[in-house]
Amino acid sequence: MRRGRLTPGAVRKWGFIVSFLAAPLAIYIVFFVSPNLQALQLALTNSRGISPDFQYVGFENFTRLFGDEVFWAAVRHHGLILLVMPLVTIVIALFFSFLLNLGGGQRNGQLAGVWGSSFYKVVFFFPQVLAVVIVGVLFQAVLNPQKSGILNSVLGWFGVDPVGWLIKPDLALWTIIGVMVWQGVGFYVVLFSAGMAGVPKEIFEAAALDGANRFTLFFKITLPLVWNTVQVGWVYLGIAAFDAFALVQVLSIDRGGPDNATTVLPLEIFRQTFTYYRFGYASAMGVALVFLVLTFAALTMRVTRRERIEY
Amino acid sequence: MTITPRDITRRQLLARVGLTALVAGPFLSACATGGGGSQEAAPSAAAPSAGGASASANNPFNVKADAPLEVVIFKGGYSDEYATQSHEPLYKKAFPGATIKHQGIQTIGQTLTPRFAGGDVPDVVNNSGTDNLDGGALINAGQLLDLTPLFEAPSVDDPSKKVKDVIVPGTIESGLGGDPAKPYTLNYVYTAYGLWYDAKLFEKEGWTPPKTFDEFKTFAEAAKAKNIVPFGYAGKNASYYAYWMILISAAKIGGNKILLDIDNLADNAWNNDAVKQAAAAWAEIGKFMDPAYEGLIHTEVQTQQNQGKIAFYPSGSWLEAEQAKDTPEGFEYAMVPTPSVTAADQMPYEAIRAAAAEGFIVPSKAKNAAGGLEYLRQMLSKQGARDFTEKTKSLTVVIGATEGLTLSPGLTSVAAAQTAAGTNVVTFSSFEGWYKELETELRKQTNALMFGRISAEEFATKMQEAADKTKADSSIVKQTRNV
Repeated sequence: MRRGRLTPGAVRKWGFIVSFLAAPLAIYIVFFVSPNLQALQLALTNSRGISPDFQYVGFENFTRLFGDEVFWAAVRHHGLILLVMPLVTIVIALFFSFLLNLGGGQRNGQLAGVWGSSFYKVVFFFPQVLAVVIVGVLFQAVLNPQKSGILNSVLGWFGVDPVGWLIKPDLALWTIIGVMVWQGVGFYVVLFSAGMAGVPKEIFEAAALDGANRFTLFFKITLPLVWNTVQVGWVYLGIAAFDAFALVQVLSIDRGGPDNATTVLPLEIFRQTFTYYRFGYASAMGVALVFLVLTFAALTMRVTRRERIEY
Repeated sequence: MTITPRDITRRQLLARVGLTALVAGPFLSACATGGGGSQEAAPSAAAPSAGGASASANNPFNVKADAPLEVVIFKGGYSDEYATQSHEPLYKKAFPGATIKHQGIQTIGQTLTPRFAGGDVPDVVNNSGTDNLDGGALINAGQLLDLTPLFEAPSVDDPSKKVKDVIVPGTIESGLGGDPAKPYTLNYVYTAYGLWYDAKLFEKEGWTPPKTFDEFKTFAEAAKAKNIVPFGYAGKNASYYAYWMILISAAKIGGNKILLDIDNLADNAWNNDAVKQAAAAWAEIGKFMDPAYEGLIHTEVQTQQNQGKIAFYPSGSWLEAEQAKDTPEGFEYAMVPTPSVTAADQMPYEAIRAAAAEGFIVPSKAKNAAGGLEYLRQMLSKQGARDFTEKTKSLTVVIGATEGLTLSPGLTSVAAAQTAAGTNVVTFSSFEGWYKELETELRKQTNALMFGRISAEEFATKMQEAADKTKADSSIVKQTRNV
């Protein structure tokens, strides 16, 4: 094929590719790229969202952001969620998936999960099937601060006074993190199980023959071999840590309370938009949020990069 | 013969250009930042031109008889049956050729904000609920119709009387907004606020509602001894019920001027002793609450009152209707004013907070704005008002519309409280709608005060800070009121 000339073959090939790409690309541009660019544009205005008239105010919204204590409270909360939630979720999920796949010892000469593991796999996945709001409503009943609340009545059997899970400003955010972990673990159990299933059984058998106990088996063999999957999970969970909107909206006192103790950026964006009608300022918060998420993703990719093990 | 461009006539060309404009229009307006092209002249209801029919007592706004009408009703405590089964049929009776599009929803703000931005608005909106539209912002954007023509129009029942003469005084003032102030909102429901209790329970226990806070504390001890929580409200989503009580007490101590100063963002309005005394008095009662109430929503706490676990609950006159389904046999709602705080209170114990509430607005860019005004006029007829009271167990601002109706026990007590109060009426608070940032802060600080995390002094300081912040913020349009 000579350069610079379109042969019928090339037309067919590129025509095929372009026609397949055009629709998704158009949808992506219209529904993702353009709203994001518009948000960036709105962040530089004083738009109230209910009239097409607004002025460009430069970076005023961003300077305002730096002096906004509620914004910083939300950022701190994201920081705490980011530190705790992915780590706890991954540790629990790894532990469960190890038990489900390899923790049951030898059976018929092969490493197998604990008894009933296929049943547990389904059970662990349940929370993932529920919509987040449903999880929130469920936990309203579980975390009800009265004696009759599900968790409190269980504690009551042991003589513990009712705990105000979402009422105590020091406890509320931890409670929300707990719900996020509960909701997330199931999916990562399945994800890590798939990762472990992808590792050839011979490796584990060889290790077991050499006398590796379960502890060694997990830390020296399993974890390094599923490290890539863990890394993916970490990025997903990290991004989820910048959301938490639905749970906080449904569960927290006075939407983000008590005393701002549970507020998160998406909730503040919602409030600025639909309660205060500060579309420009809300967009500035949104832009800040995008940069936080991107920074996190880039950092994670950088820090967790590691040699890939071929098998 | 094939059609070439040359064969297209001028008429066809215009039609096609027009069509393109139509197609392009919605696309542009659907885009949040799509230029400023949609600033067409708003159809003025005061000077209609298209209708053709001349104004008459039966049709003072020149409504086009076959123009469709779109009504959006907040489907909350009052539901929307009063609209679908009474007000809309009344409108249809007046204009049989009109089709009515009805929407009953809860998220007024989220649903209608994009429509205001795009210029495609309904003709009547019942702007209510926790997610309502920001009236102040809409007024500043020129999105609402001045309702003066409505109040000046002849009333439905007696054309010799104007609409403004058949409604409770103060109704028009309660809907003022903007600068210069004009009535943009019709507040339809007469609402009284106070402490609600079960008259039967009090009868059984031999209790009488306390008239002073000293009596309130004595009563609280007595109720506590019977394992009944003397006072409770829901902190999770209804802390404003509690701040109403604090504001009422502040006004009783220092007069309505206290509340006007708060609305007008006057310097140190929140630091006034009346506010501090009121906050301290209520915080004392708050100590008797179950801390768990902070994590409950209003219906949960209201149900507990129905179960006889709570003596007093702060609310407005919609409570009885809202709880109708859950109220057990032998529970009889009654309302009393809030107790007096000091012996030197400027207003007597009998004073109640009463206000016209439940706002109805007509968007200025509505396609059938004249129809919107006419719909409101029909609502203010005796028939419309009586139907509303029957369906919702709530009083309207229409004078004498309950004649011949048997009122429920709760409404009877409201009517009695209204008579006892006479002119001693605690005014409504406009800042709740004007300055949402300040209102949000008040909800937060009210929970902190009532559940014992801050003192009355700190409450006043924090609210003053928030008010000063609102005042200093040039992006918030300021409003003032004198009455």
